[in-house]
Amino acid sequence: MTEKTIRDAINEALRQEMSRDPSVVVFGEDVAGGAGLAGESDAFGGVMGVTKGLLGEFGADRVIDTPISESAIIGMAAGSAVTGLRPVAELMFCDFMGVCFDQILNQAAKFRYMFGGKVKTPLVIRTTYGGGLGAAAQHSQCLYQMFTAVPGLKCVVASNAYDAKGLMIEAIRDDDPVIFFEHKMMYDMTAEVPDEPYTIPFGEANLVREGGDVAIVALGNMVAAAEAAAATLAGEGIECTIIDPRTTSPLDEDSIVEAVEETGRLVIVDESNPRCSIAADIAGMVVGTAFDALKAPIRQVTAPHTPVPFAPQLEQLYLPNADKIAAAAREIVSHAA
Amino acid sequence: MQLNRDELLAAYRTMATIREFEERVHIEFATGEMPGFVHLYAGEEAIAAGVCAHLADTDYITSTHRGHGHCIAKGCDVTAMMLEIYGRRDGLCGGKGGSMHIADIDKGMLGANGIVGGGPPQVVGAALTAKTLATGAVAVGFIGDGASNQGTTFEALNMAVVLNLPAVFVFENNYIGEGTGVEYAVGSGDIAGRAAGFGLPVEKVDGLDFFAVHEAFGACAERARSGGGPSAIEASAPRFYGHFEGDPQLYRGDGEVDGLRANSDCLKVFRRRVTEAGLLEDAALNEIDETARAEIDSAVSTARAAPPPGPDDLMTDVYASAY
Amino acid sequence: MSEVVHKVTMPKWGLSMQEGTVVAWLVDEGAEIAAGDEIVEIETEKLNNVFEAPVGGVLRRQVAGVGTTLPVGGLIGVIAGSDATDAAIESLVAQFEADFVPEAVAAEGPVPQQVEIGGRRINYLVMGDGAATPLLLIHGFGGDLTTWMFNQSALAETRPVIALDLLGHGASDKQVGAGDVPAFAEIVLGLLDDLAIDRAHLAGHSLGGAVALELALVNSGRIASLALLAPAGLGREIDGDYIARFIAADRRKAAKEVLGHLVHDPALVSRDMVENLLRYKRTDGVGEALRKIADAVFDEGGQAISYGDRLGDVAAPILCLWGADDAIIPPKHAAALPKTAEIHVLNDAGHLLQMEQASAVNGLINAFVSTSD
Repeated sequence: MTEKTIRDAINEALRQEMSRDPSVVVFGEDVAGGAGLAGESDAFGGVMGVTKGLLGEFGADRVIDTPISESAIIGMAAGSAVTGLRPVAELMFCDFMGVCFDQILNQAAKFRYMFGGKVKTPLVIRTTYGGGLGAAAQHSQCLYQMFTAVPGLKCVVASNAYDAKGLMIEAIRDDDPVIFFEHKMMYDMTAEVPDEPYTIPFGEANLVREGGDVAIVALGNMVAAAEAAAATLAGEGIECTIIDPRTTSPLDEDSIVEAVEETGRLVIVDESNPRCSIAADIAGMVVGTAFDALKAPIRQVTAPHTPVPFAPQLEQLYLPNADKIAAAAREIVSHAA
Repeated sequence: MQLNRDELLAAYRTMATIREFEERVHIEFATGEMPGFVHLYAGEEAIAAGVCAHLADTDYITSTHRGHGHCIAKGCDVTAMMLEIYGRRDGLCGGKGGSMHIADIDKGMLGANGIVGGGPPQVVGAALTAKTLATGAVAVGFIGDGASNQGTTFEALNMAVVLNLPAVFVFENNYIGEGTGVEYAVGSGDIAGRAAGFGLPVEKVDGLDFFAVHEAFGACAERARSGGGPSAIEASAPRFYGHFEGDPQLYRGDGEVDGLRANSDCLKVFRRRVTEAGLLEDAALNEIDETARAEIDSAVSTARAAPPPGPDDLMTDVYASAY
Repeated sequence: MSEVVHKVTMPKWGLSMQEGTVVAWLVDEGAEIAAGDEIVEIETEKLNNVFEAPVGGVLRRQVAGVGTTLPVGGLIGVIAGSDATDAAIESLVAQFEADFVPEAVAAEGPVPQQVEIGGRRINYLVMGDGAATPLLLIHGFGGDLTTWMFNQSALAETRPVIALDLLGHGASDKQVGAGDVPAFAEIVLGLLDDLAIDRAHLAGHSLGGAVALELALVNSGRIASLALLAPAGLGREIDGDYIARFIAADRRKAAKEVLGHLVHDPALVSRDMVENLLRYKRTDGVGEALRKIADAVFDEGGQAISYGDRLGDVAAPILCLWGADDAIIPPKHAAALPKTAEIHVLNDAGHLLQMEQASAVNGLINAFVSTSD
């Protein structure tokens, strides 16, 4: 057990699975870097450094740099997965789904069903998401809801290094297409991470905090913001339960409903734009399932209905944060029936 | 390469089966009993047959929306195919895919595809598996003239070259992409030449000539299996039917299809060649025609009487692992 | 009455404990208390537990209110004589807050070590030192050395105390070999050899109790005494369904239910205790290890191991402790022990008695081992 960053935790997961199973291969743009050039090989190890060192350990047959060619990359993942490999492909920014979405939406997600259950598509697509870096509109989006909506896909949004390693190992061993979201601001976050391999099941939320006054459901980078809000609120006598779903598909509906039944109040924090977001999805589910338990309206704390702005001052206004979460919680705690 | 008698009979059997299958689907579709869309391959049989004669179950193909011919040539069960096209529970895909997604992984048939250009990226994937696991398999993509303009096709060609994969891209030029002619839609006017620009060997052959296709593809398969990397062929042959069944085909010239049936029928070309060379007799070929007719007839009867999937089948096979 | 003013500080229970939360004060300010009285309930990572007054006197201050979370070493309260002045109390509190550096306190303390025994990595923790006969603590099925987190340091006041993770458990190797009691005993013996311990007291809980019995039988010269806590191996009955549910538990709800079954008061099972069990269960190899062990030591009828007819051959003195509300192995199994055995059945304790009634257990074990040193 050692303190590891999210970056290192995912790297370790990849390394341990690639050691265990020779059919696991990694490919994408600059997953090593330096191909065809005079400088170092493994020049990047992934633009975020997540795949660093894998080339040296497993060789160019299993760690493959590709041209900038997302349809071919993701299609290669789909075609190799149905024929016997377990690829971990990288879609460098989830914003790039636009140039390859057919291979995910209409191909990989649907093979098993369309072909009558006779194939499985055990691929993982690692992709970055999220704002706060000043990367602006085309490199900062949270698009997990787009993939969550597609039957046949599974979606993982880890919030800490311990979860990241266990969920990545689970994703690689899972026989379905898994989209694994990595927040670009979170790679340096550390936690105690066991050195041994382990898994975390999909569809099992993490109970981050327990409190009787209001339940907060938060994803990814928003979990830390929720924890900060909860600490502030505790000082005001408001005790929060925090639920981190860990996976948006499958979704641990039971844990969320249970938290609503215990507190009667729900705040959902989602860094995405509001329409058709995971927040909206969860709110709809809760209203349909736990209507009688609700003592106040559900509050969704999300980004606004705008692209992600460039100027840091605007980006900070855009992103949900602890203050906004706390304000939403206070509002519904003081809501009169 | 010289084919022996059995191989010649097998080749004709493949083509005749495809022809009979498609002609019969054309008739049955018009009754309204087949759901959805079908896209018929009749006229292009020599390409599927010439390519798949070199392939085993352990080799892979991806197909197009016009996939019945590829499916039959790859060895899929004709009755199971007919059941699938009728949407029956015991169809090749459990009635869950239909004509446009017809597939059989056990035969290495990775599926017809409802997305034009959806297949080529997966060819790269199947070829990567063959290379990584050193199976000696080859992955073949059938690509129409329409799909030859898709970005996915260009990306797949480049990727296959960059990674030196055991892939073969078979461009089937049937001169029309939906309702638009290839002379209009392919700006360079040369599908093969354009593919060659990606850095792989390409050969252009007469798609009506089984033997030309067979020989050209044989070289491609050999190159792939021996680690020589990807290659392509462009084979031209017309389709006798519309883009889809129900297509009014207003884009055709007067008498065009009749002319094609008379002068551009690959089965007739094959028959003339083998009988004139004394390799096979008409009688043997006629017997194959009869057998094919009977087989397809039986498949249709079976399909029409077969049960559809039940309500429970709706929710199955979305995921392989627990959800 | 002494003028000494005593600081009551957040104890360190278990290695990883960084902080604790005051759940309830059991004694009011101004009340007179004796040493050993329960004064405050504290929630930690593993389990809620009551803190006992280290000295007698008057509880002059409840410094930490209910719901306050403090790092290990932080000031919870002040006990003093009734004649100690308020000013003295206030100045002590102020001085403490000014000087207190939490990290320094938390950083103290032993850390587990690892050694290879029989080609397998074994994790173990040593506390205490001195020349007295060492005491070795052996946990039970599905547990680890932190089972003893409320016991090890207390017992280590008078002697070296070693707690290990058995194969398949904790941070030890997950390959369990045969997975049966002799296999575990061999590892324990190997550890004693590695630590150059000629003679040791053993304390075993549940399956660990059977391991201790096995060792006492095959190595009687080496074992000074046996403390058996709700041991396996004394009778047929065991809640086999519990074992199956424990092995199957891979979600929070299931894990919480299973842990609740181990204690008299399920409310004591904290969120972190559940999480720690899940983290263990999800480690590669654990499921297999537990199934293999279960296959070796249990069958459809119950326990497949029995030391009942060999107890006469155990030379070492025996202490047997059992929780009255043990829902896993019934306390009546203690009747199989020789008449010379010292037996205590503790009220308000389930199977995990060493955690639920820690100070009683510690007192009984301490007294017992010192008589056979």
